[in-house]
Amino acid sequence: MRFMMIVKATKDSETGVMPSQELVEAMLRYNEELARAGVLLAADGLHPSSNGIRISYPEPGSKPKITDGPFTEAKELIAGYTLIEVNSREEAIEWAMRMPDPHGYGGGEIELRQVFEAQDLTQNQETLAKEAALREQMERLKKS
Amino acid sequence: MTFSATERTIDAIWRIESANLIARLARMVRDIGLAEDIAQDALVIALERWPETGIPDNPGAWLMTTAKRRAIDLMRRSKLSDQKYKELGHSSDLYTEHDLENAMDGEIGDDLLRLIFTTCHPVLSREARVALTLRLLGGLTTEEIAHAFLVAESTIAQRIVRAKRTLSSARVLFEVPVGEELKERLSTVLEVIYLMFNEGYTATSGGNWIRPLLCREALRLGRILAEIASTEPEVHGLVALMEIQSSRFKTRVSPMGEPILLMDQNRALWDHLLIRRGLAALEFAQKLGRPLGPYALQAAISACHARARTASETDWTRIAALYEALAQIAPSPVVELNRAVAIAMVFGPAFGLQIVDELTSEPSLKEYHLLPSVRGDLLVKLGHMDEAKEEFERAASLTHNARERELLLKRAAECVSSE
Repeated sequence: MRFMMIVKATKDSETGVMPSQELVEAMLRYNEELARAGVLLAADGLHPSSNGIRISYPEPGSKPKITDGPFTEAKELIAGYTLIEVNSREEAIEWAMRMPDPHGYGGGEIELRQVFEAQDLTQNQETLAKEAALREQMERLKKS
Repeated sequence: MTFSATERTIDAIWRIESANLIARLARMVRDIGLAEDIAQDALVIALERWPETGIPDNPGAWLMTTAKRRAIDLMRRSKLSDQKYKELGHSSDLYTEHDLENAMDGEIGDDLLRLIFTTCHPVLSREARVALTLRLLGGLTTEEIAHAFLVAESTIAQRIVRAKRTLSSARVLFEVPVGEELKERLSTVLEVIYLMFNEGYTATSGGNWIRPLLCREALRLGRILAEIASTEPEVHGLVALMEIQSSRFKTRVSPMGEPILLMDQNRALWDHLLIRRGLAALEFAQKLGRPLGPYALQAAISACHARARTASETDWTRIAALYEALAQIAPSPVVELNRAVAIAMVFGPAFGLQIVDELTSEPSLKEYHLLPSVRGDLLVKLGHMDEAKEEFERAASLTHNARERELLLKRAAECVSSE
């Protein structure tokens, strides 16, 4: 199962204020821990929204509207993400709990979201039937 | 089978912490069976206490402290009568409190390395190595391991018990081998991991959801190894190979369970994150500056396919060269066969056929369906339809996979003679 830990932006991250040396090191150690556990897939930081654009479709069917950053509501913006591969939601939560406070002054927020995988999107009846049959087989094995 | 939220969280914490815990304890008490027992004791105490007190802020440290206390406890009691610990005195000194105090020092990576070299020790059978590694490093339950291999839980339980006993009685030391021995022993570790991966990889189809767990665990263990043994190119080579092979999970088998050949797969559905990781691992292996070993070479071959945006963009020349290199350091009839396919793509089917024809008398390939399958394909390209048809039919008779047989019979039927 894949999960994404999204680090929310703050006023500081938006104005390009670099995080403290302490925090940088703590994050580095955390990423090393994730890598050391074999669960880290990817981790990246994003430039502040002043460097970005928004494309919106206010009128269905017509051309998109382009807005330059920066955007307000820092807390709703993404400053970075970490993608992990784990065996359960609880494991993902446990790892997310171990991520250092991304801000330190009461503004830090981490959002944990599960990533859709192909199986989730499969509506194929035969695949689902096979899965059910296999689950049954497992139950029988458990009892033996 | 429902668990409370706390139990599920504790289960997740165990999955994260158990390998580290057992590794550290094993260095202290010098016996992995005893280490696991002590670790399990700590888990039991956690299961009793944490639902009341809440999960501690640093669960790993809590478990380690509790385990140490337990180990000291056992050591003191063993001086009284416990036969088990008397048997442990192979170096005639049981672990001391001094050992336990020093346990917190030292890189956890070193302890994990010691652990994996022990669980993959050549004195154990291959099956035992796989089960023990999945158990102690993977943190999988006996049940999960049993399901992965579709055997009874008791079979795995016994296998693990016997493995620990074998390691004890063979007086296997908890250490990382050095010098010449390291190369050989590392190769054993990599073999165990790749075996695990292949068990999961070759069995994947339609709704077979048990097997991906094996592949993921193998890949995870490989990644861990790449972190703690980062100067070994073959470790990165193996990880690269597994990352890239994993990238094709969704495209190898159709929803109906039919195998899809690499050349026919929908490359848009390849996992490009895993491909990127695989290419990075391969580059890391190459940058270490030593000649590429068999895993790195296989990874490099796999990378050629991964880099080609369409089948027609495949760099067959490079693939042929890599198979040449592989044939030098890890020759086998199967490598020759694959080399023949690559040579045919570069120089034409006639040259490929020359190589394949030399393999037809190879005893180890007698029952290998891919030999006549490849031969048939080359004959089709050369226009020898009757002979090709015979080869596809022969291939169909040799394969155990029903879908594959259908595919091969279809190819045979398509060989309409133009002569």
